[in-house]
Amino acid sequence: MYTQGLNEPGAKAAPVAEDSERLRRFQERIDAEEKIEPKDWMPEAYRQTLIRQISQHAHSEIVGMLPEGNWITRAPTLLRKSILIAKVQDEGGHGAYLYSAAETLGISRAELIDQLLTGKAKYSSIFNYPTLSWADIGAIGWLVDGAAIMNQIPLCRCSYGPYARAMIRICKEESFHQRQGYDITLKLARGSAEQRRMAQDALNRWWWPSLMMFGPSDAASQHTALSVRWKIKRFTNDELRQKFVDFTVPQARFLGLSVPDPELRWDEQAGQHRFGSIDWAEFNDVLKGNGPCNRERLAARRAAHESGRWVREAAAAHAAKHAARGAAAA
Amino acid sequence: MSTTAPAPSRTDRARYLMRIADTSLVLAQRLGEWVGHAPAIEEDLGLANTALDLLGQARMLLSYAGELEGAGRSEDALAFLRAEPDFLNATLAELPNGDFGDTIVRQFLIDAFQLELYERLVDSTDARLAEIAAKAVKETRYHVRYSSGWLVRLGDGTAESHARVQDSLHRLWPYTHELFDADALDRDVAEAGIGPDLDAVHAAWLRRVDAVFAEATLSRPVDVAYRWYGKQGRHSEHLGYLLADLQHLQRAHPGASW
Amino acid sequence: MSDNRDWPLYEIFIRARGGLDHKHVGSVHAADAQMAIEHARDVYTRRQEGVSIWVVRSSDIVASDPAESDALFEPARDKIYRHPTFYDIPKEVETL
Repeated sequence: MYTQGLNEPGAKAAPVAEDSERLRRFQERIDAEEKIEPKDWMPEAYRQTLIRQISQHAHSEIVGMLPEGNWITRAPTLLRKSILIAKVQDEGGHGAYLYSAAETLGISRAELIDQLLTGKAKYSSIFNYPTLSWADIGAIGWLVDGAAIMNQIPLCRCSYGPYARAMIRICKEESFHQRQGYDITLKLARGSAEQRRMAQDALNRWWWPSLMMFGPSDAASQHTALSVRWKIKRFTNDELRQKFVDFTVPQARFLGLSVPDPELRWDEQAGQHRFGSIDWAEFNDVLKGNGPCNRERLAARRAAHESGRWVREAAAAHAAKHAARGAAAA
Repeated sequence: MSTTAPAPSRTDRARYLMRIADTSLVLAQRLGEWVGHAPAIEEDLGLANTALDLLGQARMLLSYAGELEGAGRSEDALAFLRAEPDFLNATLAELPNGDFGDTIVRQFLIDAFQLELYERLVDSTDARLAEIAAKAVKETRYHVRYSSGWLVRLGDGTAESHARVQDSLHRLWPYTHELFDADALDRDVAEAGIGPDLDAVHAAWLRRVDAVFAEATLSRPVDVAYRWYGKQGRHSEHLGYLLADLQHLQRAHPGASW
Repeated sequence: MSDNRDWPLYEIFIRARGGLDHKHVGSVHAADAQMAIEHARDVYTRRQEGVSIWVVRSSDIVASDPAESDALFEPARDKIYRHPTFYDIPKEVETL
């Protein structure tokens, strides 16, 4: 979900050269629900898949600070402003936990940032949509964080120790994110006619992109088999998407807002909602870089990185000077 | 402390609180603009934390000011519905962020001022203000640690960083004048033991600031004549734009709940 | 000076409250140790998760090699006489 780009040919493994005995013992550990830790032997494909999955997740958190950060200065009360700053700060913190986990696999943060800024790495498509009103902040918390939680809870049991532990930490913080979003939307839904219109409009624009967060349908997904065997991926895209719809539709009903899907209906026999088709052309287009805000998001991150270069260099220079002085004095 | 002067009116006490509150509020608003754009993720978090502390101070102080004023204005009414001349923040706080160096210089100059202010307000004859100050002091000690640490790294970093922050300091230094220029309100609250003697605050501030400048290899700019007194509602052109952002939603939806 | 390198990596250990050990929680990048403490404070203690922070340069951590795990840790497995439950003390003896 924050890892939609994994289903590409590039994610293919190259297991041939590896010791089959070590592979067998590695799989035994996974099957026994043992955690793999940083210096343990692991197949190269496991390492690379994890680096890609964790870093995509990290990039998503960092880029995700931008659409919501957009409304910090315009939050409508001092309390809402404080809450939004705390939430966006959490997103940054989540990015930090995840980069930290990725670095245990033998890649540096500098390399990962470089991959993001040069467009080599992907991040979740959802953050390429614009936040056009205060109600969007509510919708993002309710729907986008809601979808994220759906994906993240199973990841707390991922086989790789540092990633699982980062996910546990993230999940603890994430439920406040969804609640504050729902709280904002509830206030709007019970407010003036203008506010209700704002809330409905936000739901109209964020519903389908939120469903797309779960990635391509299972039928269209390749290469997930290995991720499932290695307990990196614990549920399929469609399973998670279905669960999300079943949880969220009643929440929308309570708000008195309508989900923008004319085909949405409750299937009594199956015990779940049936919903309309996702526009996969839009999804692929956004993933390719042609979404409404792809260019702006990346430009903002590049600008932050470039304009901060002299700052980072100064801090490093200062530390070096002091280390030298300390050594000279010793 | 004089016992012959009448105690400041509730309105004046409210105005005094607003000076402190508005400086924190406006500075928090500026820091909020940095989130997602700082030189490193950890600095996004650090600046955001300072913003949260400042917002907390502003909320407590504005709530209290509204009560003293007695016109039924809540913290939000004061923040979102006052016009520029009624904002009493130091002009320094409303200046644009500029680059990270400008932001750190602005932050340090205000942090060092707030530390001296809050440390003395802990002994205010106004018990509630003293309580707010006691909490704020702990936050401000951390703010000073953070901003002075960065000022030293930038001042004594590379040739480029040194030139940049020395330049920032030259541009921002004139705005510090009003912080210590006691007017009638400052004198009245000092006489009543509500607020501190600004001369004492100034002397302590200068000692700290000079020490940090020395470590940062920066030179203290010469004092120059100054034009704006934000604490009296005479602001720069920047406040209007800042308030337009801050207040827009409440003004566009009068009476709405959020 | 090229900026293709990060600031050094520090491992972070937090003591949640008095009486508990410091626990490893992750890592941060920082230019120096004072900054590492500030970063650790902002990344790992936003919800009062700690009363004490240790930061250690990652390059200063020496870890046991997983390949030597058997030699390091297996031999303790059969020395079950180190555990109190190994000993069958008659019930009449109350205070042992």
